[in-house]
Amino acid sequence: MQIKQVVIAGMAMLAASAVAFAGPSPAGGTVSGKVTYEGTPAKMKPIDMSKEPSCAKMYTTPPLAETVVTGSGNSLENVIVYISAGAPDDSAPATAAVFTQKGCRYIPHLLAFQVNQEIKIQNEDQTSHNIHPLPKLNREWNKSQPPGTPPISEKYDKAEIFPVKCNVHPWMHGTFAVMKNSHFAVTGDGGSFTLANLPPGKYTVTAYHESYGEQSQDVTVSGSETKTVNFVFKAKPY
Amino acid sequence: MLNIKKTCLNVAVALILPVAAMAQQADQAPVAKPSPHMESHIGNLTGHSGAGAALYYRYCWGCHGARGNGDGENAPYLNILPRNFVAATFKCRSTPTGTLPLDSDLYNTIGRGFNFTNMPSWAALTAQNRADLVAFIKTFSARWVTEKPGDPIQIPAEPKLTVESIKHGGELFQKLECWKCHGQEGRGDGPSASTLTDSNDQPIRPYNFTSDNRSKCGRTNADLYRIFMTGLDGTPMPSFADVVKPEDAWDLVHYLRTLQVNNKSPELTLWESTPEGKAIVAAKRVRNTNTGSGITP
Repeated sequence: MQIKQVVIAGMAMLAASAVAFAGPSPAGGTVSGKVTYEGTPAKMKPIDMSKEPSCAKMYTTPPLAETVVTGSGNSLENVIVYISAGAPDDSAPATAAVFTQKGCRYIPHLLAFQVNQEIKIQNEDQTSHNIHPLPKLNREWNKSQPPGTPPISEKYDKAEIFPVKCNVHPWMHGTFAVMKNSHFAVTGDGGSFTLANLPPGKYTVTAYHESYGEQSQDVTVSGSETKTVNFVFKAKPY
Repeated sequence: MLNIKKTCLNVAVALILPVAAMAQQADQAPVAKPSPHMESHIGNLTGHSGAGAALYYRYCWGCHGARGNGDGENAPYLNILPRNFVAATFKCRSTPTGTLPLDSDLYNTIGRGFNFTNMPSWAALTAQNRADLVAFIKTFSARWVTEKPGDPIQIPAEPKLTVESIKHGGELFQKLECWKCHGQEGRGDGPSASTLTDSNDQPIRPYNFTSDNRSKCGRTNADLYRIFMTGLDGTPMPSFADVVKPEDAWDLVHYLRTLQVNNKSPELTLWESTPEGKAIVAAKRVRNTNTGSGITP
Protein backbone atom coordinates (compact mmCIF):
# COMPACT_ATOMS: atom_id res chain seq x y z
CA MET A 1 0.00 0.00 0.00
CA GLN A 2 2.75 2.40 0.96
CA ILE A 3 4.68 1.59 -2.16
CA LYS A 4 1.64 2.44 -4.23
CA GLN A 5 1.27 5.78 -2.51
CA VAL A 6 4.90 6.60 -3.11
CA VAL A 7 4.54 5.66 -6.78
CA ILE A 8 1.47 7.85 -7.14
CA ALA A 9 3.13 10.76 -5.41
CA GLY A 10 6.15 10.34 -7.67
CA MET A 11 3.97 10.28 -10.77
CA ALA A 12 2.11 13.36 -9.64
CA MET A 13 5.39 15.19 -9.10
CA LEU A 14 6.56 14.20 -12.56
CA ALA A 15 3.32 15.44 -14.06
CA ALA A 16 3.56 18.70 -12.12
CA SER A 17 7.11 19.35 -13.29
CA ALA A 18 6.10 18.54 -16.86
CA VAL A 19 3.38 21.20 -16.67
CA ALA A 20 5.83 23.69 -15.19
CA PHE A 21 8.35 23.16 -17.99
CA ALA A 22 5.76 23.23 -20.76
CA GLY A 23 4.79 26.81 -19.78
CA PRO A 24 5.83 29.30 -22.46
CA SER A 25 5.78 27.41 -25.74
CA PRO A 26 5.07 30.02 -28.42
CA ALA A 27 3.99 27.63 -31.14
CA GLY A 28 0.95 25.87 -29.76
CA GLY A 29 -2.55 25.05 -30.78
CA THR A 30 -5.33 27.51 -31.48
CA VAL A 31 -8.99 27.62 -30.63
CA SER A 32 -11.02 29.91 -32.82
CA GLY A 33 -14.65 30.38 -33.69
CA LYS A 34 -17.58 32.72 -33.83
CA VAL A 35 -20.18 33.95 -31.36
CA THR A 36 -23.68 34.36 -32.72
CA TYR A 37 -27.21 34.67 -31.38
CA GLU A 38 -30.49 33.07 -32.31
CA GLY A 39 -33.88 34.67 -31.87
CA THR A 40 -34.64 38.35 -31.78
CA PRO A 41 -32.53 40.56 -29.56
CA ALA A 42 -34.13 43.48 -27.74
CA LYS A 43 -33.98 46.69 -29.70
CA MET A 44 -31.45 48.98 -28.06
CA LYS A 45 -32.87 52.36 -27.10
CA PRO A 46 -31.17 55.64 -27.93
CA ILE A 47 -29.46 57.10 -24.86
CA ASP A 48 -31.02 60.32 -23.61
CA MET A 49 -28.03 62.50 -22.72
CA SER A 50 -30.02 65.72 -22.41
CA LYS A 51 -29.00 65.99 -18.74
CA GLU A 52 -25.36 66.12 -19.84
CA PRO A 53 -25.21 68.69 -22.69
CA SER A 54 -21.41 68.51 -22.98
CA CYS A 55 -21.76 64.86 -24.06
CA ALA A 56 -25.03 65.16 -25.95
CA LYS A 57 -23.51 67.69 -28.36
CA MET A 58 -20.86 65.15 -29.42
CA TYR A 59 -23.47 63.12 -31.29
CA THR A 60 -25.59 64.09 -34.28
CA THR A 61 -27.97 61.22 -33.55
CA PRO A 62 -28.18 59.86 -30.01
CA PRO A 63 -26.04 56.72 -29.58
CA LEU A 64 -27.73 53.41 -28.76
CA ALA A 65 -27.32 51.57 -25.48
CA GLU A 66 -24.61 48.89 -25.68
CA THR A 67 -26.11 46.16 -23.53
CA VAL A 68 -26.48 44.02 -26.66
CA VAL A 69 -24.44 44.91 -29.75
CA THR A 70 -24.97 42.75 -32.83
CA GLY A 71 -23.17 42.66 -36.15
CA SER A 72 -23.49 41.12 -39.58
CA GLY A 73 -24.60 37.49 -39.81
CA ASN A 74 -26.24 37.37 -36.36
CA SER A 75 -22.85 37.93 -34.75
CA LEU A 76 -22.67 39.05 -31.15
CA GLU A 77 -20.16 41.68 -30.00
CA ASN A 78 -18.70 42.38 -26.56
CA VAL A 79 -18.50 38.72 -25.65
CA ILE A 80 -15.42 37.69 -23.70
CA VAL A 81 -14.19 34.23 -24.67
CA TYR A 82 -11.55 32.75 -22.39
CA ILE A 83 -9.94 29.54 -21.15
CA SER A 84 -11.63 28.98 -17.80
CA ALA A 85 -9.96 25.67 -16.99
CA GLY A 86 -6.96 23.68 -18.20
CA ALA A 87 -4.47 26.49 -18.66
CA PRO A 88 -1.98 27.54 -15.97
CA ASP A 89 -2.26 31.04 -14.51
CA ASP A 90 -0.11 33.60 -16.27
CA SER A 91 1.73 36.52 -14.75
CA ALA A 92 0.43 39.94 -15.70
CA PRO A 93 1.84 41.74 -18.75
CA ALA A 94 3.76 44.96 -18.17
CA THR A 95 1.50 47.06 -20.39
CA ALA A 96 -1.57 48.67 -18.89
CA ALA A 97 -5.10 48.06 -20.14
CA VAL A 98 -6.75 51.40 -20.94
CA PHE A 99 -10.38 52.27 -20.22
CA THR A 100 -11.58 55.58 -21.65
CA GLN A 101 -14.62 57.67 -20.84
CA LYS A 102 -15.54 59.59 -23.96
CA GLY A 103 -18.87 61.04 -24.97
CA CYS A 104 -20.27 59.71 -21.70
CA ARG A 105 -19.63 56.16 -22.85
CA TYR A 106 -17.04 53.55 -22.03
CA ILE A 107 -14.42 52.64 -24.64
CA PRO A 108 -14.14 49.70 -24.78
CA HIS A 109 -17.51 48.68 -23.43
CA LEU A 110 -15.92 45.52 -22.05
CA LEU A 111 -12.35 45.77 -20.81
CA ALA A 112 -10.54 42.46 -20.33
CA PHE A 113 -7.23 42.31 -18.50
CA GLN A 114 -5.26 39.93 -16.30
CA VAL A 115 -5.02 39.49 -12.57
CA ASN A 116 -2.64 42.14 -11.16
CA GLN A 117 -2.32 43.86 -14.55
CA GLU A 118 -2.39 47.65 -14.33
CA ILE A 119 -5.52 49.33 -15.68
CA LYS A 120 -5.56 53.01 -16.58
CA ILE A 121 -8.87 54.81 -16.49
CA GLN A 122 -8.99 58.16 -18.24
CA ASN A 123 -11.60 60.85 -18.71
CA GLU A 124 -11.66 62.64 -22.07
CA ASP A 125 -14.96 64.38 -21.39
CA GLN A 126 -15.68 67.91 -20.24
CA THR A 127 -17.68 66.60 -17.31
CA SER A 128 -16.93 64.79 -14.05
CA HIS A 129 -17.41 61.05 -13.99
CA ASN A 130 -17.21 58.70 -11.06
CA ILE A 131 -15.82 55.25 -11.77
CA HIS A 132 -17.62 52.70 -9.68
CA PRO A 133 -16.78 49.05 -10.44
CA LEU A 134 -19.03 46.60 -8.57
CA PRO A 135 -17.01 43.43 -7.86
CA LYS A 136 -18.07 40.77 -5.37
CA LEU A 137 -14.73 39.02 -4.81
CA ASN A 138 -12.41 41.97 -5.29
CA ARG A 139 -12.33 45.22 -3.31
CA GLU A 140 -15.05 47.72 -4.13
CA TRP A 141 -13.93 51.34 -4.60
CA ASN A 142 -15.50 54.42 -6.12
CA LYS A 143 -13.50 57.40 -7.37
CA SER A 144 -14.38 60.76 -8.83
CA GLN A 145 -12.58 61.90 -11.99
CA PRO A 146 -13.21 65.52 -13.01
CA PRO A 147 -12.11 66.64 -16.49
CA GLY A 148 -8.40 67.19 -16.95
CA THR A 149 -7.31 65.02 -14.03
CA PRO A 150 -4.63 62.34 -14.52
CA PRO A 151 -5.62 58.72 -15.26
CA ILE A 152 -6.61 56.50 -12.36
CA SER A 153 -4.33 53.48 -11.99
CA GLU A 154 -5.75 50.36 -10.38
CA LYS A 155 -5.26 46.57 -10.16
CA TYR A 156 -7.43 43.60 -9.29
CA ASP A 157 -6.01 40.54 -7.58
CA LYS A 158 -8.82 38.02 -8.14
CA ALA A 159 -10.30 36.66 -11.39
CA GLU A 160 -13.86 37.95 -11.75
CA ILE A 161 -16.24 39.52 -14.28
CA PHE A 162 -18.28 42.44 -12.93
CA PRO A 163 -20.12 45.59 -14.01
CA VAL A 164 -18.70 49.11 -13.94
CA LYS A 165 -20.88 52.17 -13.73
CA CYS A 166 -20.91 55.91 -13.39
CA ASN A 167 -23.47 57.01 -10.82
CA VAL A 168 -23.62 60.56 -12.19
CA HIS A 169 -24.60 59.35 -15.68
CA PRO A 170 -26.91 56.38 -15.13
CA TRP A 171 -26.72 55.21 -18.74
CA MET A 172 -22.99 54.52 -18.47
CA HIS A 173 -22.54 50.78 -17.95
CA GLY A 174 -19.49 48.71 -18.78
CA THR A 175 -17.83 45.46 -17.79
CA PHE A 176 -14.45 44.59 -16.32
CA ALA A 177 -13.24 41.03 -16.98
CA VAL A 178 -10.27 40.06 -14.79
CA MET A 179 -8.65 36.99 -16.35
CA LYS A 180 -6.40 34.33 -14.80
CA ASN A 181 -4.39 33.67 -17.95
CA SER A 182 -3.48 35.38 -21.20
CA HIS A 183 -5.78 33.24 -23.38
CA PHE A 184 -8.83 35.46 -23.89
CA ALA A 185 -10.47 37.52 -26.63
CA VAL A 186 -13.34 39.98 -26.89
CA THR A 187 -15.55 39.70 -29.94
CA GLY A 188 -15.99 42.69 -32.22
CA ASP A 189 -17.97 43.12 -35.42
CA GLY A 190 -18.27 39.66 -36.98
CA GLY A 191 -18.25 37.91 -33.59
CA SER A 192 -15.07 35.95 -34.27
CA PHE A 193 -12.38 35.17 -31.72
CA THR A 194 -8.99 33.45 -31.64
CA LEU A 195 -7.24 31.98 -28.63
CA ALA A 196 -3.67 31.23 -29.68
CA ASN A 197 -0.53 29.67 -28.18
CA LEU A 198 -2.30 26.85 -26.37
CA PRO A 199 0.00 23.98 -25.35
CA PRO A 200 -1.48 20.53 -26.06
CA GLY A 201 -4.16 19.68 -23.53
CA LYS A 202 -7.79 19.64 -22.60
CA TYR A 203 -9.39 23.02 -22.04
CA THR A 204 -12.70 24.52 -21.03
CA VAL A 205 -13.59 27.49 -23.22
CA THR A 206 -16.11 29.90 -21.69
CA ALA A 207 -17.99 32.73 -23.39
CA TYR A 208 -19.62 35.45 -21.28
CA HIS A 209 -22.11 38.11 -22.37
CA GLU A 210 -23.37 40.71 -19.90
CA SER A 211 -27.02 40.14 -20.79
CA TYR A 212 -27.15 36.59 -22.18
CA GLY A 213 -25.01 34.91 -19.53
CA GLU A 214 -22.24 32.38 -20.03
CA GLN A 215 -21.64 29.11 -21.87
CA SER A 216 -18.78 26.64 -21.73
CA GLN A 217 -17.43 23.94 -24.05
CA ASP A 218 -14.60 21.45 -23.60
CA VAL A 219 -11.98 21.15 -26.30
CA THR A 220 -8.81 19.09 -26.65
CA VAL A 221 -5.91 20.64 -28.51
CA SER A 222 -2.94 18.68 -29.75
CA GLY A 223 0.15 19.90 -31.57
CA SER A 224 -0.31 23.13 -33.49
CA GLU A 225 -3.77 22.35 -34.79
CA THR A 226 -6.64 24.86 -34.89
CA LYS A 227 -9.86 23.71 -33.30
CA THR A 228 -13.15 25.45 -34.05
CA VAL A 229 -15.53 26.22 -31.22
CA ASN A 230 -18.67 28.23 -31.87
CA PHE A 231 -21.07 29.70 -29.36
CA VAL A 232 -24.73 30.43 -29.99
CA PHE A 233 -26.56 32.57 -27.42
CA LYS A 234 -30.32 32.68 -27.12
CA ALA A 235 -31.37 36.30 -27.51
CA LYS A 236 -33.67 37.81 -24.91
CA PRO A 237 -36.51 39.76 -26.49
CA TYR A 238 -36.60 42.31 -23.65
CA MET B 1 -14.12 -12.73 2.25
CA LEU B 2 -14.80 -9.78 4.52
CA ASN B 3 -11.11 -9.19 4.96
CA ILE B 4 -10.48 -9.13 1.25
CA LYS B 5 -13.23 -6.61 0.81
CA LYS B 6 -11.78 -4.46 3.55
CA THR B 7 -8.36 -4.61 1.99
CA CYS B 8 -9.77 -3.69 -1.40
CA LEU B 9 -11.55 -0.74 0.14
CA ASN B 10 -8.40 0.37 1.94
CA VAL B 11 -6.40 0.18 -1.25
CA ALA B 12 -9.06 2.12 -3.13
CA VAL B 13 -9.16 4.81 -0.47
CA ALA B 14 -5.38 5.01 -0.45
CA LEU B 15 -5.43 5.40 -4.23
CA ILE B 16 -8.13 8.03 -4.34
CA LEU B 17 -7.24 10.22 -1.37
CA PRO B 18 -3.83 11.53 -2.43
CA VAL B 19 -5.04 12.06 -5.98
CA ALA B 20 -8.08 13.97 -4.78
CA ALA B 21 -5.90 16.08 -2.51
CA MET B 22 -3.55 16.83 -5.40
CA ALA B 23 -6.40 17.72 -7.71
CA GLN B 24 -7.75 20.18 -5.19
CA GLN B 25 -4.37 21.79 -4.80
CA ALA B 26 -3.90 22.10 -8.52
CA ASP B 27 -7.35 23.51 -9.23
CA GLN B 28 -7.47 26.30 -6.72
CA ALA B 29 -5.10 28.17 -4.52
CA PRO B 30 -6.01 27.81 -0.85
CA VAL B 31 -8.86 30.19 -0.12
CA ALA B 32 -8.34 32.36 2.93
CA LYS B 33 -10.89 31.75 5.64
CA PRO B 34 -12.22 34.27 8.15
CA SER B 35 -10.64 33.96 11.57
CA PRO B 36 -13.02 32.95 14.37
CA HIS B 37 -10.98 34.95 16.89
CA MET B 38 -10.41 38.65 16.34
CA GLU B 39 -9.50 41.59 18.52
CA SER B 40 -10.21 45.27 18.15
CA HIS B 41 -8.12 48.11 19.50
CA ILE B 42 -9.69 51.48 20.08
CA GLY B 43 -7.57 53.77 22.21
CA ASN B 44 -7.05 51.92 25.49
CA LEU B 45 -9.89 49.51 24.79
CA THR B 46 -9.34 45.98 23.55
CA GLY B 47 -12.41 44.21 22.17
CA HIS B 48 -12.73 40.41 22.01
CA SER B 49 -14.84 38.61 19.44
CA GLY B 50 -15.89 35.94 21.95
CA ALA B 51 -17.60 38.55 24.10
CA GLY B 52 -18.89 40.33 20.99
CA ALA B 53 -20.63 37.18 19.71
CA ALA B 54 -23.05 37.11 22.65
CA LEU B 55 -23.91 40.77 22.07
CA TYR B 56 -24.25 40.32 18.30
CA TYR B 57 -26.71 37.44 18.67
CA ARG B 58 -28.74 39.53 21.04
CA TYR B 59 -28.78 42.97 19.40
CA CYS B 60 -27.60 42.76 15.80
CA TRP B 61 -28.50 39.54 14.04
CA GLY B 62 -32.19 40.45 13.59
CA CYS B 63 -31.08 42.69 10.73
CA HIS B 64 -27.48 41.73 9.92
CA GLY B 65 -28.21 37.99 9.92
CA ALA B 66 -26.81 34.95 11.67
CA ARG B 67 -23.91 34.75 9.22
CA GLY B 68 -23.35 38.49 9.08
CA ASN B 69 -24.26 38.77 5.42
CA GLY B 70 -27.08 41.23 5.96
CA ASP B 71 -29.95 38.78 5.48
CA GLY B 72 -31.51 38.91 8.94
CA GLU B 73 -35.20 38.39 9.59
CA ASN B 74 -35.94 42.11 9.30
CA ALA B 75 -33.78 42.74 6.25
CA PRO B 76 -36.52 42.37 3.59
CA TYR B 77 -38.43 45.25 5.16
CA LEU B 78 -35.52 47.64 5.26
CA ASN B 79 -34.17 50.21 2.90
CA ILE B 80 -31.16 50.92 3.09
CA LEU B 81 -30.34 47.18 3.46
CA PRO B 82 -28.36 46.12 6.56
CA ARG B 83 -24.61 46.04 6.10
CA ASN B 84 -23.14 42.79 4.77
CA PHE B 85 -20.11 42.10 6.95
CA VAL B 86 -18.95 39.28 4.67
CA ALA B 87 -18.32 41.74 1.84
CA ALA B 88 -16.59 44.06 4.34
CA THR B 89 -17.39 47.21 2.37
CA PHE B 90 -18.01 50.08 4.80
CA LYS B 91 -19.35 53.59 4.32
CA CYS B 92 -17.73 55.49 7.18
CA ARG B 93 -13.98 55.16 7.06
CA SER B 94 -10.99 57.34 7.69
CA THR B 95 -9.11 55.17 5.16
CA PRO B 96 -9.00 55.46 1.33
CA THR B 97 -11.77 54.05 -0.86
CA GLY B 98 -11.57 50.28 -1.35
CA THR B 99 -9.64 49.67 1.88
CA LEU B 100 -10.72 48.31 5.24
CA PRO B 101 -11.67 50.84 7.92
CA LEU B 102 -9.87 51.30 11.21
CA ASP B 103 -11.32 49.66 14.32
CA SER B 104 -12.11 53.14 15.58
CA ASP B 105 -14.16 53.87 12.43
CA LEU B 106 -16.40 50.85 13.10
CA TYR B 107 -16.55 51.72 16.79
CA ASN B 108 -17.67 55.27 16.04
CA THR B 109 -20.25 54.00 13.54
CA ILE B 110 -21.84 51.67 16.10
CA GLY B 111 -22.06 54.51 18.59
CA ARG B 112 -23.39 57.00 16.05
CA GLY B 113 -25.81 54.84 14.06
CA PHE B 114 -26.83 55.92 10.58
CA ASN B 115 -29.15 58.83 9.99
CA PHE B 116 -31.84 58.16 7.37
CA THR B 117 -31.53 54.37 7.83
CA ASN B 118 -32.78 51.81 10.34
CA MET B 119 -29.43 51.53 12.08
CA PRO B 120 -29.86 53.20 15.47
CA SER B 121 -27.19 54.62 17.72
CA TRP B 122 -25.83 52.00 20.11
CA ALA B 123 -24.29 54.56 22.42
CA ALA B 124 -26.39 52.98 25.18
CA LEU B 125 -24.04 49.98 25.18
CA THR B 126 -20.85 50.32 27.18
CA ALA B 127 -17.67 51.27 25.38
CA GLN B 128 -16.32 47.79 26.08
CA ASN B 129 -19.44 46.21 24.54
CA ARG B 130 -19.03 48.26 21.37
CA ALA B 131 -15.34 47.35 21.13
CA ASP B 132 -16.26 43.68 21.51
CA LEU B 133 -18.82 44.01 18.72
CA VAL B 134 -16.21 45.54 16.42
CA ALA B 135 -13.98 42.53 17.06
CA PHE B 136 -16.82 40.10 16.34
CA ILE B 137 -17.87 41.85 13.11
CA LYS B 138 -14.35 41.19 11.86
CA THR B 139 -14.83 37.40 12.16
CA PHE B 140 -17.24 37.37 9.18
CA SER B 141 -14.83 38.26 6.38
CA ALA B 142 -11.49 36.78 5.36
CA ARG B 143 -10.47 40.30 4.29
CA TRP B 144 -9.65 41.00 7.94
CA VAL B 145 -7.12 38.14 7.74
CA THR B 146 -5.59 38.86 4.34
CA GLU B 147 -5.62 42.67 4.36
CA LYS B 148 -4.72 45.48 6.70
CA PRO B 149 -6.81 48.65 7.07
CA GLY B 150 -5.71 51.44 4.72
CA ASP B 151 -3.53 54.33 5.85
CA PRO B 152 -5.90 57.00 7.17
CA ILE B 153 -6.10 60.11 5.01
CA GLN B 154 -4.30 63.01 6.62
CA ILE B 155 -6.40 65.99 7.61
CA PRO B 156 -4.29 69.15 7.97
CA ALA B 157 -5.19 71.77 10.56
CA GLU B 158 -8.22 73.80 9.56
CA PRO B 159 -7.25 77.21 8.16
CA LYS B 160 -8.94 80.39 9.26
CA LEU B 161 -12.52 80.78 8.08
CA THR B 162 -12.90 83.62 5.59
CA VAL B 163 -15.54 84.75 3.12
CA GLU B 164 -13.00 84.04 0.38
CA SER B 165 -12.68 80.42 1.46
CA ILE B 166 -16.47 80.02 1.36
CA LYS B 167 -16.60 81.53 -2.14
CA HIS B 168 -13.74 79.35 -3.36
CA GLY B 169 -15.51 76.32 -1.90
CA GLY B 170 -18.58 77.32 -3.89
CA GLU B 171 -16.51 77.36 -7.07
CA LEU B 172 -15.25 73.87 -6.27
CA PHE B 173 -18.80 72.68 -5.67
CA GLN B 174 -19.50 73.73 -9.26
CA LYS B 175 -16.24 72.48 -10.75
CA LEU B 176 -16.38 69.05 -9.12
CA GLU B 177 -20.05 68.83 -10.11
CA CYS B 178 -21.23 67.96 -6.62
CA TRP B 179 -24.54 69.53 -7.69
CA LYS B 180 -25.17 66.74 -10.21
CA CYS B 181 -26.45 64.69 -7.28
CA HIS B 182 -26.68 67.06 -4.31
CA GLY B 183 -28.40 69.86 -6.26
CA GLN B 184 -27.39 73.49 -6.73
CA GLU B 185 -28.87 74.37 -3.35
CA GLY B 186 -27.63 71.18 -1.69
CA ARG B 187 -31.13 69.77 -1.28
CA GLY B 188 -30.21 66.35 -2.66
CA ASP B 189 -32.25 67.03 -5.79
CA GLY B 190 -29.65 67.28 -8.55
CA PRO B 191 -30.32 65.97 -12.07
CA SER B 192 -28.86 62.51 -11.28
CA ALA B 193 -30.42 62.21 -7.83
CA SER B 194 -33.49 60.22 -8.81
CA THR B 195 -31.43 57.59 -10.65
CA LEU B 196 -29.01 56.72 -7.85
CA THR B 197 -28.74 53.19 -6.49
CA ASP B 198 -26.35 51.71 -3.96
CA SER B 199 -24.29 48.58 -4.52
CA ASN B 200 -27.28 46.43 -3.50
CA ASP B 201 -29.27 48.00 -6.37
CA GLN B 202 -31.47 49.79 -3.85
CA PRO B 203 -32.47 53.40 -4.48
CA ILE B 204 -30.51 55.82 -2.34
CA ARG B 205 -30.78 59.57 -1.82
CA PRO B 206 -27.89 61.97 -1.91
CA TYR B 207 -27.45 63.94 1.29
CA ASN B 208 -29.77 66.92 1.66
CA PHE B 209 -27.68 69.66 3.24
CA THR B 210 -30.72 71.71 4.27
CA SER B 211 -31.88 68.89 6.55
CA ASP B 212 -30.18 70.15 9.69
CA ASN B 213 -26.72 68.66 10.31
CA ARG B 214 -27.25 64.93 10.03
CA SER B 215 -24.71 63.55 7.60
CA LYS B 216 -24.22 59.82 7.94
CA CYS B 217 -20.59 59.75 8.99
CA GLY B 218 -20.32 62.48 11.58
CA ARG B 219 -21.11 66.13 12.18
CA THR B 220 -17.83 67.97 12.67
CA ASN B 221 -15.92 69.89 10.02
CA ALA B 222 -13.26 67.19 10.03
CA ASP B 223 -16.00 64.57 9.46
CA LEU B 224 -17.25 66.49 6.41
CA TYR B 225 -13.68 66.72 5.10
CA ARG B 226 -13.26 62.97 5.60
CA ILE B 227 -16.57 62.08 3.96
CA PHE B 228 -15.78 63.49 0.52
CA MET B 229 -12.10 62.56 0.63
CA THR B 230 -12.74 58.88 1.43
CA GLY B 231 -16.10 58.49 -0.29
CA LEU B 232 -18.81 56.28 1.16
CA ASP B 233 -18.03 52.82 -0.22
CA GLY B 234 -21.03 50.85 -1.38
CA THR B 235 -22.90 54.05 -2.30
CA PRO B 236 -22.70 56.39 -5.32
CA MET B 237 -20.58 58.87 -3.29
CA PRO B 238 -17.06 58.61 -4.74
CA SER B 239 -13.72 59.49 -3.21
CA PHE B 240 -12.24 62.88 -4.16
CA ALA B 241 -8.90 62.23 -2.46
CA ASP B 242 -7.01 62.10 -5.76
CA VAL B 243 -8.54 65.25 -7.23
CA VAL B 244 -8.96 67.75 -4.36
CA LYS B 245 -5.93 69.36 -2.73
CA PRO B 246 -6.01 69.53 1.09
CA GLU B 247 -6.22 73.34 1.19
CA ASP B 248 -9.06 73.30 -1.34
CA ALA B 249 -10.84 70.63 0.68
CA TRP B 250 -11.18 72.93 3.69
CA ASP B 251 -12.69 75.64 1.46
CA LEU B 252 -15.23 73.10 0.25
CA VAL B 253 -16.06 72.19 3.86
CA HIS B 254 -16.68 75.87 4.67
CA TYR B 255 -18.98 76.19 1.68
CA LEU B 256 -20.91 73.00 2.50
CA ARG B 257 -21.66 74.44 5.95
CA THR B 258 -23.39 77.43 4.31
CA LEU B 259 -25.68 74.99 2.46
CA GLN B 260 -26.90 73.77 5.86
CA VAL B 261 -29.23 76.72 6.20
CA ASN B 262 -31.03 75.12 9.14
CA ASN B 263 -27.87 74.47 11.13
CA LYS B 264 -26.31 77.44 12.86
CA SER B 265 -22.57 77.27 12.26
CA PRO B 266 -19.76 79.84 12.28
CA GLU B 267 -19.59 79.44 8.50
CA LEU B 268 -23.29 80.20 8.03
CA THR B 269 -23.09 83.18 10.40
CA LEU B 270 -20.14 84.63 8.52
CA TRP B 271 -21.80 84.00 5.15
CA GLU B 272 -25.02 85.70 6.29
CA SER B 273 -23.02 88.71 7.45
CA THR B 274 -22.24 89.51 3.81
CA PRO B 275 -25.01 91.04 1.68
CA GLU B 276 -24.51 88.41 -1.04
CA GLY B 277 -24.65 85.49 1.38
CA LYS B 278 -27.61 86.90 3.27
CA ALA B 279 -29.71 87.09 0.10
CA ILE B 280 -28.76 83.54 -0.97
CA VAL B 281 -29.48 81.97 2.40
CA ALA B 282 -32.79 83.85 2.70
CA ALA B 283 -33.84 82.56 -0.71
CA LYS B 284 -32.93 79.01 0.23
CA ARG B 285 -34.96 79.14 3.40
CA VAL B 286 -38.14 79.76 1.42
CA ARG B 287 -38.44 76.14 0.39
CA ASN B 288 -37.81 74.68 3.78
CA THR B 289 -38.03 71.01 2.88
CA ASN B 290 -36.41 68.85 5.47
CA THR B 291 -36.80 65.58 3.65
CA GLY B 292 -35.63 66.44 0.18
CA SER B 293 -39.17 66.29 -1.17
CA GLY B 294 -38.05 68.51 -4.04
CA ILE B 295 -36.79 65.39 -5.83
CA THR B 296 -38.73 64.83 -9.02
CA PRO B 297 -38.17 61.83 -11.27
